[in-house]
Amino acid sequence: MTTPSLEIKELAFAYPDGNQALFGVNLSINKGERVALLGPNGAGKTTLVMHMNGIHPTAQGSVRIAGELVDAKNKESLKKIRSKVGIVFQDPDDQLFMPTVGEDIAFGPYNMGKRGAELEALVNEALELVGMAEFKDRPPHHLSFGQRRRVAVATVLAMKPEILVLDEPSSNLDPASRRELADILRSLDITMVMVTHDLPYASELCERAVILNGGVIVADDSTRNILTNKALLAANRLELPVGFTI
Amino acid sequence: MGERLYLHRHSIVHETASYLKVVAAIAFILVAVSTPITNWQAFIGYFIWVLIVAAIAKIPFTLLFKRALIEIPFIFFAILMPFFGSGERFVAGPFNLYREGLIAGAGIVVKGTLGVLTAIILSTSTTAREILRGLERLRLPALMVQIASFMLRYVNVVNDEMERMKVARDSRGFEATGLKHWRVLATAAGALFIRSYERGERVHLSMLSRGYEGVLPHDEVEKSKASSWFMVLMYPFVAVVILVVTTLIGNQ
Repeated sequence: MTTPSLEIKELAFAYPDGNQALFGVNLSINKGERVALLGPNGAGKTTLVMHMNGIHPTAQGSVRIAGELVDAKNKESLKKIRSKVGIVFQDPDDQLFMPTVGEDIAFGPYNMGKRGAELEALVNEALELVGMAEFKDRPPHHLSFGQRRRVAVATVLAMKPEILVLDEPSSNLDPASRRELADILRSLDITMVMVTHDLPYASELCERAVILNGGVIVADDSTRNILTNKALLAANRLELPVGFTI
Repeated sequence: MGERLYLHRHSIVHETASYLKVVAAIAFILVAVSTPITNWQAFIGYFIWVLIVAAIAKIPFTLLFKRALIEIPFIFFAILMPFFGSGERFVAGPFNLYREGLIAGAGIVVKGTLGVLTAIILSTSTTAREILRGLERLRLPALMVQIASFMLRYVNVVNDEMERMKVARDSRGFEATGLKHWRVLATAAGALFIRSYERGERVHLSMLSRGYEGVLPHDEVEKSKASSWFMVLMYPFVAVVILVVTTLIGNQ
């Protein structure tokens, strides 16, 4: 069996103010899988994501990316981990901070030590993947929200990550942008974790779903089985839109 | 905002490397500032030279003068100087002025205006982003360049946020008419500060996630040709010539 892209064992975490967010999370995701991470507000989803690349140091338990232990104290390994885990944050304005789209996409690979023609090629390839090639020299604030979200995805794709983590990818998008992003995500050959409240989106893109609630994984099954289990959804404050059937 | 000052034109001034322009602007200002104000002929020469350069840069004079109005609050006190002070006095029309104060005030106004005009030519012919690159090239500490470029990137975002907060306030019937509304405005400013601070933290997180270690990417440095150095240094050099010539004439 191959090494899983992401392997989390008994991960627990409490914030410095004593508020405990995670109580022993176990999750294993294989290479090439697309997994929806569902759960109500305050379930600990973002906290979990922050552990995947060592932004939050692992206090208890372990997180492994493609077999490599995430250790916030080991600077060298952390650098490798951060090139393997590409996190797309919810607000593209938080992610796009360089003066132009092209420079922003170059930021990650540059930090990985890429220079010159190689860097240029990575930037162009990432832009092509999200269909934003003609916007390379534009400043981010001149783009629409949907375009900025796509550029945000490109900024992490340029790092050739092992696993792509998206925080609420469909939020605030108009229906066409939402569908375009879905097409882009489906076209990528990459392991994907998608944090979302948008259940139809999850069912469209992910074959597997896990529900995180109260700091533990309460369900881990095919997306279809989870979304058709009304009692399970209700117990975790999740609801399909009215009129939506699978 | 940020790029609003830039005026897109094709001129030799626009096409010169930004760091050269920064060097030339600072050198010119140094020459102008170190000229004694009593050498008034030199200042006439400087002004003519500045206007010639503005014309070469294809900057409309009306735009130049409109933007120069920004210095008014700064020279306000300089204008008052002839009315206060001590020493020799003289009468000019309805006013009874102090000579020392007049000379000092005129010095501030004239030199300040030259500096402002130079800065306007620089900012009109160079994008803010290019000026930052120029400063980086001139070895301004990377941290300062980074802070300035973040400001450039986020000034619009924060501005939009402020605008949305204002719309939300107004939609609930708020109208800032007097002193008693300052409390609301102060609270809003505080909220905006906290939000911006939190955004700063989120931006930092997203930078860390992409492997940030304190260095922003920058372009490979390309050397400027001697001819561009020569051309751009004409700006302060002509000022030096004016200074020397007028001083010689004045001494005769």
